[in-house]
Amino acid sequence: MFGWIIKRDLLLAMRRQSDVLTTLFFFIIVVSLFPLSVGPEMNMLRTMAPGVVWVAALLASMLSLGRMFSNDYLDGTLEQMLLSPQSLSLLVLGKALAHWLVTGVPLVLMAPILGIQYDLPAEALYVLTTTLLLGTPVLSLIGSIGAALTLGLRGGGVLVSLLVLPLYIPVLIFGAGAVEANMAGVGFNAHLSLIGAFLLVSLVFAPWATASSLRVSLE
Amino acid sequence: MAINWFKYSSPASFYFLAGKMIPIFVFAAVILLIAGLYVGFFVAPTDFQQGEAYRIIFIHVPAAWMSMFLYVVMAFWAGIGLAFNTRLSSMFATAIAPTGAMFTFIALWTGALWGKPMWGTWWVWDARLTSELILLFLYIGFMSLQAAIDDPRRADKAGAIIALVGVVNIPIIYFSVQWWNTLHQGASVSINQAPSMATTMLMGMLIMVLASWMYSIAVILKRARVIILERESHTAWVAELRKKGAEQ
Amino acid sequence: MSWSSVSEFFSMGGYGLYVWGSYIVTFICIAGEILLISNRRRTLEKQYGLIHGVNRKRDSK
Repeated sequence: MFGWIIKRDLLLAMRRQSDVLTTLFFFIIVVSLFPLSVGPEMNMLRTMAPGVVWVAALLASMLSLGRMFSNDYLDGTLEQMLLSPQSLSLLVLGKALAHWLVTGVPLVLMAPILGIQYDLPAEALYVLTTTLLLGTPVLSLIGSIGAALTLGLRGGGVLVSLLVLPLYIPVLIFGAGAVEANMAGVGFNAHLSLIGAFLLVSLVFAPWATASSLRVSLE
Repeated sequence: MAINWFKYSSPASFYFLAGKMIPIFVFAAVILLIAGLYVGFFVAPTDFQQGEAYRIIFIHVPAAWMSMFLYVVMAFWAGIGLAFNTRLSSMFATAIAPTGAMFTFIALWTGALWGKPMWGTWWVWDARLTSELILLFLYIGFMSLQAAIDDPRRADKAGAIIALVGVVNIPIIYFSVQWWNTLHQGASVSINQAPSMATTMLMGMLIMVLASWMYSIAVILKRARVIILERESHTAWVAELRKKGAEQ
Repeated sequence: MSWSSVSEFFSMGGYGLYVWGSYIVTFICIAGEILLISNRRRTLEKQYGLIHGVNRKRDSK
């Protein structure tokens, strides 16, 4: 069941290629805007790089949150999912991970290339990619709560960001902090383990919260 | 004789109970406010370090404590409303949110004005001020979610979920901001322990905290009554209230 | 802590702007909140035709 929902969602995503690419291009454009605004001066960019890449990843993954449930909501499959004997939390976990595969992973793959644009040392690129790899699922999981709460609301897109951004802040702090710590030569393991902790906690609690939000939204 | 507390859990009886209690709290709030300001301005000595500027503490600290306390109380009532489906508890959570947001704004405003003479700039990325700012975002998120949903039942439940998720995140946000702040210790000077306070200063502040408690209860009950009237307009007891109002 | 003169009280040891700035804004917020609730209640009462404590005859004239 769990595998089925991920396969189904990936299939749906593949059919609409544009969704995957728009998120990716948004990420690339936002990251490339900063040198234009701040100036090409290298060590300024190097210090800013982790923050810029992380904030861009955060915004990019939030961009496509709205569509996580809305298509199924419109054509009624969401109601069938609610009625199905399968546990809703598992289905929702599947949807969140499918969202992560569609939006999170491309960001993780693209991050090192953009890091080079900011002249990040090799090891910092490695740390940036691992933090993003661990962090983006947390963004999708917490984001799924916001997406479920604002299902079918007018102006839901903006509302999701208002609900979800404060909850992203710990992940952002430790994600960008890890890369910065690495560049400053200080160990970054503490940051990584904390992001790992956020991941585990949100893996357990987010699906349950999203399931109850879906029940509330579809009552 | 066991008091049947559940009698007051129905909006109708709570409406009249609250009506009788509000004047008491308003009276207590005014008395405590005058006492607190008197102690704050006329009894507490000048601080040797900060001169007179420290007197902002008499509203900054109560507001900051109230903002955090009210969020937890709001999440509590929202949780009760979600779990037991009691309409009154969800109405209570909706009534608390604006007062909590106001106290957060006051805490930020007075914190900035206190920071200017002490740290030289209006806004300092001190760990406490930053988490207070994030708390304001959580309040705004709760209120705008509730405003965006027309059906009150769904608005209550959706608000309850985001409030509960928020209250779980508050300690996480606070510690990550605390960690982030000590990481960049050089960036800002932060007074980590409260300045050693003369008893009269402490007394003034505690009276002001009590005054802010009384004020919050009075204002929240007042807003809760309005929400009850708005939501229960179709019920019999409101119709009877309207008839009575018409004959007056 | 006795203030020798009223002007000294308002200057607040040179920090008057900050101290009174924060107190005034606080009282504006509190007054604003109270006004918001009472006019929310007044519009509700007008809508329901339920005038508490206001003499209805005087209004209906």
